[in-house]
Amino acid sequence: MVRLRGVVALLGRFPALAGVDLEIDAREIVLVQGPNGAGKSTLLRVCAGLLRVESGTAEVLGHDLSVDRAAVRRSVGLLGHDTALYDDLTVLENLQFWAAASRVAPESVLPALDRLGVASRLHAVAVSRLSAGQRRRVALAGVVVRRPTLWLLDEPHAGLDQRGRDLVDQLVVDAARAGATVVMASHELDRTVDLATRHVTVAGGTITADRQVRAAEPGDHDAS
Amino acid sequence: MTQTSENATARTGTGSRFTFWLGVAVIAGAVALVVLGFFAAPADDEQRDAVRMIFVHVPSALLTYVAFSMTAVGSLMWIWKRSLWWDITAHAAAEIGVIFCALTLFTGSVWGRPTWNTYWDWGDVRLVTTLILFLIMIGYLSIRASGGDEEATSTRAAVVGLVAAVNLPIVNRSVEWWFDRTLHQKSSLTDGNLEDMTLFTLVVGIAVWAAFFLWAMIHRFRIAWLERELRVGDLDEAIIERRAEALHDESPVL
Amino acid sequence: MLRDVRLVALKDLRIEWRSRVTLSQIVPFAALVLVLFGFALDANRPVLETATSGLFWITVMFVATMAVQRSTAVEINDGARRALLLAGIEPIAVFLGKTVAIAAQLLVVQVLLVAGVIVLYGASVGQWVLLLATCVVATVGIAAAGSLLGALVAGVRARETVLPILLLPILAPVLIGATRAFDDALGSVAVDGWAWLGLLAGFGAINLVLGALAYGVLLEET
Repeated sequence: MVRLRGVVALLGRFPALAGVDLEIDAREIVLVQGPNGAGKSTLLRVCAGLLRVESGTAEVLGHDLSVDRAAVRRSVGLLGHDTALYDDLTVLENLQFWAAASRVAPESVLPALDRLGVASRLHAVAVSRLSAGQRRRVALAGVVVRRPTLWLLDEPHAGLDQRGRDLVDQLVVDAARAGATVVMASHELDRTVDLATRHVTVAGGTITADRQVRAAEPGDHDAS
Repeated sequence: MTQTSENATARTGTGSRFTFWLGVAVIAGAVALVVLGFFAAPADDEQRDAVRMIFVHVPSALLTYVAFSMTAVGSLMWIWKRSLWWDITAHAAAEIGVIFCALTLFTGSVWGRPTWNTYWDWGDVRLVTTLILFLIMIGYLSIRASGGDEEATSTRAAVVGLVAAVNLPIVNRSVEWWFDRTLHQKSSLTDGNLEDMTLFTLVVGIAVWAAFFLWAMIHRFRIAWLERELRVGDLDEAIIERRAEALHDESPVL
Repeated sequence: MLRDVRLVALKDLRIEWRSRVTLSQIVPFAALVLVLFGFALDANRPVLETATSGLFWITVMFVATMAVQRSTAVEINDGARRALLLAGIEPIAVFLGKTVAIAAQLLVVQVLLVAGVIVLYGASVGQWVLLLATCVVATVGIAAAGSLLGALVAGVRARETVLPILLLPILAPVLIGATRAFDDALGSVAVDGWAWLGLLAGFGAINLVLGALAYGVLLEET
């Protein structure tokens, strides 16, 4: 799914990633933790094909990042720091635009919103009027709409209420069971430590610890 | 110029044996040009002493367009091949070109005062086109100076370079139609009206200014190149520094 | 691809309709500029009449920089530009879609501006067809150059100040050409307005092609 070797990525002239080696397989749920400014978000953005790889080799979903970042971008599901929503459009309009632009059937929008517990009375409300947590839920619904095989979630629990956090956990587990890979950067360790199958610690733009803690999620059709 | 001789011996400088002698040639040429321009070349029947302005005006105008053509080609090569060499060439040529362009506009309007009785004539197609080009290239340099990601800045500047190059003919055409006439002298070199000595001085002028242009380009290019190398060196260091941050990591071990 | 052009254009226009920046800020600004020109030229009718075409198009240039700023800001806020990249829409479609949306807004403003110069400056339109054709053709060029440069400054910190420096000199031929064509349409100066229309069309075509080719490179530089 993800193969990074000696990856260096720059933000301006700053090496946010200073040589990262990481291999992630299908059905893994990877928790990326580390102090602020460690390079967690940059790692996710590189995996999403949004940042140029300065040196090293990177392959995501079978695409070489130095050759075809566009192909990677088209197939991942990324929840970033910002929610990438248009303030002046309604919740439904935002997701319908996103679905149409991503060439996903518009019928998948309503179930996704339902899945994230976004009440139908909010569907026709402009995104600028939502609370931070509601915004995150809509952005997450955007990821769900795509049914990606690689989920890249940056602080997926941030700003969510108890029920929202439970929904995220369920989403992550279900995605892995369906054969997808989930990489999430998080500070909410008490919640994510048990959720993850593997713990990766990032500091100083490198990986300082990498440990598998349990077997990857069994697939729906897995015998085991 | 003293810098040149110092740099010729220092490996980290931007000079070399070639640029040293080129610089010497430029100084010698400049002295010769002053002598030729002020004393050897005769005053014009109509323009009188103002005609001497062409020894600066014509070469700088030519070199302005040479420089901006290099910027255009460099821009294309950066976008097409991601050629660092061309990227730096485009940047260096734009900076030097803007200086020559300013010189062209300045000498043009100073010359216009006694000759056309006005500093600025809107009906002069070449002058107006050159002014618009000057303004666009100021924009190019402000993009270059905008900071942020280096490669992104190069790409943005390159697109400005292409926009300028592609739009220049239509700017020229619009100004030409606009006045439907032009005061500008026909090309001074080819219309055959110049005195032999004036023509000779002009040719010398072009050669001297071109040599100066080359000298400035080489130095500017090398400065930018060394800056890049410094930053690449910096990058290795920066990576080491960045990795060292991990030693201070106090996040819980999972 | 046409589908994506439509998608992006409708998205931008819908945002515009919801936020009403054009209607509530840009249109009043344009009207204000017309009034200020009236003051600056001492409400001198003959002077205003000869200057009408130029003042009209200068105002359009100002409005264009505002519309392009807005079109860029919409994508910058909350990182929505990233979503366009992730969605995988062809950059050409994004370019054309945003161009169409900017052009539509400029045309709305121009309709009101034409009414404005008729009322305030006493302009009388001799050739409506030429006037309309000039508006449409000039606007295509302005919007194309504008949306390309808008994407160019999107990642620049001082983008509000850099954009006019880049955009206005590029638009010089449009200012010259559209003003001459208007002179003919308003009957203030005897020139061949239709010939100028050709130049405007050339400008539009060149910048559409350039934008289509270069937009993708700029969009990559997030």
